[in-house]
Amino acid sequence: MQKIPAIELNNITKTFGKVVANKNVCLTAYRGEILSVLGENGSGKTTLMNMISGIYFPDEGQIYIDGKEAVIASPKDAFKYKIGMIHQHFKLVDVFTAAENIVLGIKDGKYNLKASIEKIKAICDQYGFELDPNKKIYTMSVSEKQTVEIVKVLYRGADILILDEPTAVLTPQEIEVLFKVLRRMKEAGKSIIIITHKLNEVMELSDRVAVLRKGEYIGCVNTVDTNESQLTEMMVGEKISLNIDRSEPKNSKDRLTVKNLECLDRTGVKVLSDVSFTARSGEILGIAGIAGSGQRELLEAIAGLQKVNAGEIIYINPKTDSVEDLRDKTPKQIRDLGVRLSFVPEDRLGMGLVANMDITDNMMLRSYKKGRSFFLQRKAPKDLAEKIIEELSVVTPGVSTPVRQLSGGNIQKVLVGREIAASPKLLMVAYPVRGLDINSSYTIFNLLNQQKEKGVAVIFVGEDLDTLVELCDRIMVIGSGKVKGVVDARTTTKEELGLMMLKSDFESEGGTDE
Amino acid sequence: MIGYIVRSIFLGVPMLYGATGEILTEKSGHLNLGIPGIMYVGAISGVSGAFIYENACGNVLENMNPFLAIIIPLICSILGSAIMGLLYSFFTVTLRANQNVTGLAITTFGIGLGNFFGASLIKLVKSDMPSIALTKTSGFFCQKLPFADDLGWFGELFLSFDFLTYFAVLSAVVLSFVLNRTRIGLNLRAVGESPATADAAGINVTRYKYLSTIIGSAIAGLGGLQYVMAYANGCWSNDAFGDRGWMAIALVIFALWKPNMAILGAFLFGALCNANVYAEGLGVETQELFKMLPYIVTIIVLVFTSMRKKREHQPPAHLGLPYFREER
Repeated sequence: MQKIPAIELNNITKTFGKVVANKNVCLTAYRGEILSVLGENGSGKTTLMNMISGIYFPDEGQIYIDGKEAVIASPKDAFKYKIGMIHQHFKLVDVFTAAENIVLGIKDGKYNLKASIEKIKAICDQYGFELDPNKKIYTMSVSEKQTVEIVKVLYRGADILILDEPTAVLTPQEIEVLFKVLRRMKEAGKSIIIITHKLNEVMELSDRVAVLRKGEYIGCVNTVDTNESQLTEMMVGEKISLNIDRSEPKNSKDRLTVKNLECLDRTGVKVLSDVSFTARSGEILGIAGIAGSGQRELLEAIAGLQKVNAGEIIYINPKTDSVEDLRDKTPKQIRDLGVRLSFVPEDRLGMGLVANMDITDNMMLRSYKKGRSFFLQRKAPKDLAEKIIEELSVVTPGVSTPVRQLSGGNIQKVLVGREIAASPKLLMVAYPVRGLDINSSYTIFNLLNQQKEKGVAVIFVGEDLDTLVELCDRIMVIGSGKVKGVVDARTTTKEELGLMMLKSDFESEGGTDE
Repeated sequence: MIGYIVRSIFLGVPMLYGATGEILTEKSGHLNLGIPGIMYVGAISGVSGAFIYENACGNVLENMNPFLAIIIPLICSILGSAIMGLLYSFFTVTLRANQNVTGLAITTFGIGLGNFFGASLIKLVKSDMPSIALTKTSGFFCQKLPFADDLGWFGELFLSFDFLTYFAVLSAVVLSFVLNRTRIGLNLRAVGESPATADAAGINVTRYKYLSTIIGSAIAGLGGLQYVMAYANGCWSNDAFGDRGWMAIALVIFALWKPNMAILGAFLFGALCNANVYAEGLGVETQELFKMLPYIVTIIVLVFTSMRKKREHQPPAHLGLPYFREER
């Protein structure tokens, strides 16, 4: 069969400030095929797709649709070119019915919901969707909402469908149904682009796989000609040496033992199941995994911020060797034991520091309970702030500058500096170098290494595999809330970690139905 | 008894206007706490228009054209309150100012503005009383249907009102139809529930927010006009409007953001406000307690709807929040 290109990208480049999100990406999707776009976190997959669907505009390069150059400046333009994107976060109005959401914003013709419902039903029958057009969105399960999104773009006549990690929120049974529908759409001549992390799905579903790495287009292979390890290799790339000084752990003793930990999220879905591991003093335990695999919940559970459904979190106090279960303790009790959590998610100022307060005041957030006086004692926190500024070379006009005005790296130094100043016995950091430049990153790495040498047990959640391999002593890989294995960082390779992260376990019975 | 019902309906109409306008505005996601001030401005604008026209006709009834006597105050009132609505929209939609603060400022400003012009007009007529009487214009506004008096209690209960009362009910019914049965209504509700979704669907969020706030304000302003011309028989005195604006906002909550419910609610509120007058043998202090009834009923409704947690009975999800496309 002659393959007809539906959409062609030619040398697409997009930068955000100094960060290059996509660099000279060339990609072609044909009619009647399913193309997977594969890449690590931050490899620019979503940015690329957002350019096709009109949310971003490329800085350089051309997009051709059906052989003609197209300018896609807004989501409306994308509709015009029959491109439909199904975002990871659904854009639906909760109190509307499915049908109302589907017809929302369409201008042509008379407003006749009954006729629209007939048309929706016809689409559902054609591709095998199961959907009640009169059901309200807020009563729907995640997979039903996704169906509404897909029908919504089909209703608008989309020929090119882009799905951003469509399976991330689905149960295995729902994934099966989705795949069936996608195959039928492919047979009907639609062109489907699916963004995913999951290798087994790529192998099962797609005709071709395009791989992106750090914003660059690595290559495109036919699924039948490849295998999982080749794809992993394409994704993670060559090892880059970072030359982080790593000392051998000394007198390692167990500091924290987590046994069969299980946590549920707000909707009752398991985010962590049967997680067991040990963190030892004087070593850095890395935690690797695709973003959102339960890293955040794990750290928060240990810090007493996340409700634990089952399991034990045992802390071995180094002074007394006494054993304490952190599970039913408040964050304050846990902190008093010397467990420090320094959490740096995308929103850097979300949990650690108060953006509008100055450095001194942010220091006091940790020590506000100290002292008996009715009035604040600013001397000690101010000294601490000055010490941190000097030792970590924080660039700031002074201690009374609101932290909001500092750069990301300096904010991070203030936060980590404060946590370390309280001489923790267990230090947990999540994505501490995200968005930092090289020098700031090294400052943070050195700080963590110093802590390790002092006999602190450090837990380091990271996303960059190079960093994990060079900084940590052991690396635990988690995926979908389960421990996929623990490896020695000195002997492991990025490929091994990548495969562990991406492989989903078939033997595990899936299904966390609501 | 019929007199009580008629009086209650009369009392409820300004609140119904206020609530209808406020529902329209809130459906676009804007909590307009400026409604009391806007209704006040609607009233004084209409009064000013009527005052100027009466003076232009030399204060002689025979010189006045019935059509002009009605249309001039009406247009003045709509313009006055629409400009207030425009001001509110500019602050909250374009400048994304805090809606509550802006609303309260608009109320304070509107009442001050109304009292200023009210006092000026009173000074112009050099009246002994601190009020002005526009009884001639009011007479045109209160024109009843010619056969109403011949139909006994039926006529009194259903046909004895001024045209603004019927228009209040009509506007609520029309709003209900527009919200639930038309594409414009669907788009408007989407803007209030999830502006990002509406934006992605190609709906002009800013335009919907502006128009619904301005039209909503104009409707609310008519409530002020109806109060002066029909309820108060054309008599304006400063601060006589009272807390009807706040009652209108309470009524929106009571009606669960449904214009049809607001009609019933308005008449119930009117009846409750009136109860102290018609219940006999009450001391001053018990009368004051009676005035609490509309608010107590609103609180009870709030408690029940919160307990039932039905999503259809909740305010628009994005009520009170600014929308900025680039904030993701």
